[in-house]
Amino acid sequence: MSKDFSAVELTKAFLNRIKKEDEKISSFITVTEKTALLQAKEIDALISKGKKISFLAGIPLAVKDNILVEGVKTTCASKILENYIAPYDATCVKKLKELGAVILGKTNLDEFAMGASTENSAFFPTKNPYDLTRVPGGSSGGSAAAVAADLCCYALGSDTGGSIRQPAYFCRVFGLKPTYGVVSRYGLVAFASSLDQIGPITKTVEDAQIVFKAIAGKDNLDSTSVEYKFSIFNFQFSNLKIGVPKEYFIEGIEPEVEKIIKQAISQAEKQGAKIEEVSLPHTKYVIPTYYLINTSEASANLARYDGIKYGLSKAQKKDLLNVYLQSRGKGFGSEVKRRIMLGTYALSAGYYDAYYLKAEKVRTLIKEDFYNVFKKVDVIFAPTAPTSPFKIGEKIANPLLMYLCDIFTASVNLVGLPAISIPSGLQIIGKPFEENKILEIAKIYE
Amino acid sequence: MKNIPKKIMVNKEQVAHIAKLARIKLTEKELEKFQKELSSILDYFNLLEEVDVLETELTSNMAGNFFREDNSRPELPELIDELINSAPQKKGRHIKVKAIF
Repeated sequence: MSKDFSAVELTKAFLNRIKKEDEKISSFITVTEKTALLQAKEIDALISKGKKISFLAGIPLAVKDNILVEGVKTTCASKILENYIAPYDATCVKKLKELGAVILGKTNLDEFAMGASTENSAFFPTKNPYDLTRVPGGSSGGSAAAVAADLCCYALGSDTGGSIRQPAYFCRVFGLKPTYGVVSRYGLVAFASSLDQIGPITKTVEDAQIVFKAIAGKDNLDSTSVEYKFSIFNFQFSNLKIGVPKEYFIEGIEPEVEKIIKQAISQAEKQGAKIEEVSLPHTKYVIPTYYLINTSEASANLARYDGIKYGLSKAQKKDLLNVYLQSRGKGFGSEVKRRIMLGTYALSAGYYDAYYLKAEKVRTLIKEDFYNVFKKVDVIFAPTAPTSPFKIGEKIANPLLMYLCDIFTASVNLVGLPAISIPSGLQIIGKPFEENKILEIAKIYE
Repeated sequence: MKNIPKKIMVNKEQVAHIAKLARIKLTEKELEKFQKELSSILDYFNLLEEVDVLETELTSNMAGNFFREDNSRPELPELIDELINSAPQKKGRHIKVKAIF
């Protein structure tokens, strides 16, 4: 192995770039310079001793600030966790550390990952590195912007309804949302547990493949995690059947976005793939279904922020109820309050059947839509989002308008499928556990 | 319910009630804002009314349950101390909680 530069040199180069460039885009909440340099030094020491090291050893990454890194603040971009220090590592972080990864810091997000623009951060909005007047997408906007601006080699994000894929598209990088259960959620701050999944945001498909492989697998600390078998897909485009849902090209889609996706589809066709129009008839119900389930689960998960165990604690009176009311009233931002209240309403007596239970049943119908399509085709090609990156401030005053950003991504989480977003904005959706297939297909667009 | 125009899904009293159930103190201004926003969002959610789900099973039931042995998982004393330390109010190795009444 020839040595061009050391792990310390590489880490220093990124830390310097963060110091110089992050003023413009505000992608980091916390930079962990000291521990990053220590981690890099350890790798250099191993190399000089001639020890075998992994692919990821000495490679600096950034971690979304809703994933725990021991001894480092994990704020979820919320006032309620502003000074919370993670007491342990998330499983994916532990795995990467064991492979010698260097953690540069924690990236900005919409508070508790609730949003599609990173404007809901309680601290500051992140800006799109390609146009500072526009949003980087969200909720993993800090991670995607940091990768795009070369402030790290890769980043971890989380995806509940598009939060890896949409910012990856907006920042022109790759974002992989794995099959539900493939990456342990232990140490990911819970938002909507039946939808949440951790995944990589990277510059290349190969990087996504390497990071995905490193963090995937069964974990006893997450009962929904599953064993993952890595298979190699030596597919030929001439044998590939691609489904294109007709419902995705009807209303609300920006003409420029439609054009780009159609170009990507014809590119696959030129390689010999067979394109087939398919139907996902329940598409128009995806947003209400997704937001009912998302807010219901969030209202239960976020009940833990009580001002007693950790985090912000406020009280004006001497009784316990007042601690809850004040801590949560002061600690949560607007979008988080809105979602907790929507979920509380959907789960409350008299409304449970009409809202939550109904949504869970429509979820089954959405799942059947996808499974029917996958009887006929290998993968689905779709846009990642209906619009290109929008202006900062453009949608923030209208929550419903922001929710509609998730139209092409949220169904993937409801069904638990893997999907990758590529820089042009094409989303490739695969059958469960066929990450390698969608990754291989993505390579023709590099 | 029939007399209420479709747009007003929840009134201010209902929002205050939901906020209390959710244990969130809202300001008067927030109450007004959320009343409008929640109404329009819930109105949009009513789109699901037209879907027939009489014969449909729940997705969560299809996924099945995951069980583990009911064993305790011993943690290092340092981690336990750290967890207690992150509580806003404590006395020794105990977390302090205000009285219910």
